[in-house]
Amino acid sequence: MINAVGREIPDEILRMTGKEPFQGNSYKEGVPFRRYAPIIRPVMDNTHNKMVKDIHEALVKCKAHNGMTVSFHHHFREGDLVVCMVMEEIHKMGLKNITLAATSLGKAHDALVPMIEDGTITSIQASGVRGKIGEAISHGKLKNLAIMRSHGGRVRSLVTGETKVDIAFIGAPTADEYGNLRGVGGKSNCGVLSYSHVDGDCAEYVVAITDTLVPFPNFPAHISMTKVDCVCVVDAIGIPEKIATGAAKPTTDQRKLMMAEYCTQVVVNTPYFKDGFSYQTGVGGASIASTISLTKIMEERGIKMGFGVGGMTKPMCDLLDRGLCRVLLDTQAFDLDAVTNILNPKHHRITAGSYANPFNKGAFVNKLDYVILASLEVDVHFNCNVVVGSDGIITGAQGGHPDTAQGAKCTIVICPLLQGRIPAICSEVTTVTTPGESVDIVVTDYGVAVNPNRPDLLKALEEADCVPLKTIEQLRDEAYAITGVPNPVEFGDRIVGIIEARDGTIMDVVREIKD
Amino acid sequence: MNPAENPNKKRLRRSMMFLNAQKPGLIKDPYVYGPDSIMLDLEDAVAVKEKDAARFSLYHALQEIDYRGVERVVRINGLDSDLWEEDILCSVAGGCDSIRIPKTETGEDVKKVEAVVEEAEKRFGREPGSVLIMAALESAKGVLNALEICTASPRLFGIALSGGDYTKDLQTSITGTGVELMGARQHMIIAARAAGVQCFDTVWTNLNDMEGFRKDVETIKMMGFDGKSIINPRQIPIVHDIYTPSQKEIIFAEKVVREIDEKSAQGIGVFTVDGKMIDIAFYDGAKRTLMLARAAGKYKGDL
Repeated sequence: MINAVGREIPDEILRMTGKEPFQGNSYKEGVPFRRYAPIIRPVMDNTHNKMVKDIHEALVKCKAHNGMTVSFHHHFREGDLVVCMVMEEIHKMGLKNITLAATSLGKAHDALVPMIEDGTITSIQASGVRGKIGEAISHGKLKNLAIMRSHGGRVRSLVTGETKVDIAFIGAPTADEYGNLRGVGGKSNCGVLSYSHVDGDCAEYVVAITDTLVPFPNFPAHISMTKVDCVCVVDAIGIPEKIATGAAKPTTDQRKLMMAEYCTQVVVNTPYFKDGFSYQTGVGGASIASTISLTKIMEERGIKMGFGVGGMTKPMCDLLDRGLCRVLLDTQAFDLDAVTNILNPKHHRITAGSYANPFNKGAFVNKLDYVILASLEVDVHFNCNVVVGSDGIITGAQGGHPDTAQGAKCTIVICPLLQGRIPAICSEVTTVTTPGESVDIVVTDYGVAVNPNRPDLLKALEEADCVPLKTIEQLRDEAYAITGVPNPVEFGDRIVGIIEARDGTIMDVVREIKD
Repeated sequence: MNPAENPNKKRLRRSMMFLNAQKPGLIKDPYVYGPDSIMLDLEDAVAVKEKDAARFSLYHALQEIDYRGVERVVRINGLDSDLWEEDILCSVAGGCDSIRIPKTETGEDVKKVEAVVEEAEKRFGREPGSVLIMAALESAKGVLNALEICTASPRLFGIALSGGDYTKDLQTSITGTGVELMGARQHMIIAARAAGVQCFDTVWTNLNDMEGFRKDVETIKMMGFDGKSIINPRQIPIVHDIYTPSQKEIIFAEKVVREIDEKSAQGIGVFTVDGKMIDIAFYDGAKRTLMLARAAGKYKGDL
């Protein structure tokens, strides 16, 4: 069946997953559902001990079994040690057919590939997959379908009970013996534990893993003891220098600076740029440069930001410190400045659910004026691909891309015209992850294109005469004039993964790469 | 055959960016940064054993890449080498717009290059006279001979100071103050204007000192230079910003051009615009102001 972004979703996949094809952003608006709740085993005994001596004991106590689903967060980013540590123990116990439901997987988890090959891990659900696991999935090594879903989509899948987590493992920078967990402090300080909140609410068992045990009560707790079954102390849960690096030096690459300048011009010349506006941006060189140049114009015009949301970096923290932003709502700390800045009382932690879950009574993304995003590819329908490389290999993550793109009133995607010699602005993206209806403006080094479904934004930018405006087709044609029309990537027949839309329908499928 | 797109001696040349002709990443699309000219370098940026490879890369770039109106200058190797003639053949065959002669010391140097360029135009079917020449002055002798160099060939559109070698010859170095360059700059701009050609300033190499760079460009603009040689695209917006006339200057220039057109038709020679005495001598300057404004996107009129 052809879905709303023109992608063929084979009936076999619809049957196998019980899912519907994507039918547009508002398909599930207002459709009621009952929230899933896990089974709880009450603790009234005041001598009850939650401490376990090792991960093995935690797994036994939490009834680890063949075919179970285990979950993890990725707040330790490239420095994560928790996923591999736990999976190693599961592997040793000889358990099979495990579903790994992580918020994201990356190079820190390359060691899991042999467990995919030997049938320990047979299903993966994540925002996306970088590194060797992505290659393994694209080469057809995972037995079942990989499911790639956005941060908001992941929360939805847990609260609807579509994904039932048997054991959630929450790496916590600090914990007390009764399971009060904080994202801040300790040896592996990651600032926030936003992604894990929903696991605490929905998993059958919750195991806290820490390398820094602190006296009871570890307060205020980011994840409460009322949700935690076991606490396990290990030597190290993360590699600090890989969790949060120093703030990225502002880029000196003129191409990125140009795109940043175009982006800033777009922001300040569209109608939402007024006192109290809201804003989210990422960690790419152009995004950071754009926040810096935006800061200057905000100061000149005396315009303050109402709130900044999402993953945080130094330039956003600087806005807060200089009084140019009322509050920051933090879901993830990208650099050391963001980790330490969270001590500022106006720098708040929020859960992934309140950030982006499409199935609650309104998430922060719905209140966004601007979001600045990147993309591997953008096509002439404004569809974006942030997961599958132009070589057909799974290599990226949805993150909050589809969530913020749908939520924001003005969604700006920064993407150079060419990635090396591959046209990033193309006729059809390799895989659709964010639908074109969510994307308003594409900024490239060759010019800026406005989605025809936003004539209001086009008019504002034409009147301001501030950026070189082109149509998306013009940009595509310029790219193809330089590189030639690219041959499509050759895929095999087997479908190895699905790209889930925020609402749980199927946006696209990912096929095995042809060797 | 790929005839030069801009055989225009007077075109706008605020920013002339050096690019190593051997680096595909640099030469594939430098036009996105909006320089007025690029100078594809076969000389200092290319190691001796790589000269052939650089010529291949240069030739194919000139043939294959649409530089979208950006002037394509090639800096050839010095006349004291055995490389420069082949460099010219390769550049002209590829379809370059101009040749930059390094270490020019005399009018004779320009004539030697002119002869080879003329030969190459014939050999590769380029329109006679379509390939222009510029001369870089890199020594005390070259600077003193500026006028002779400026008037040596009708193809020559301008001279450029090359501060590094020149200051070595003076037995000093680049200080960042500009003191060591004062004499050369003053002499060259006077010679260039006397000969009716353009004049370009030397590169600023410290990319960490953008404030110093800005001041340097402001200085040479006040002195009358047409533009600056640059080494990094980050320098382009600063140069263009400084060379962009203010709104007040644009409005005044527009009035001057209109009034002169009108009054000269009526046979009136001298008159006032906004209280200033104006005659035909202001015409070229006002035209140039409008050209600079148009290049910066600040003037959309038809004058």
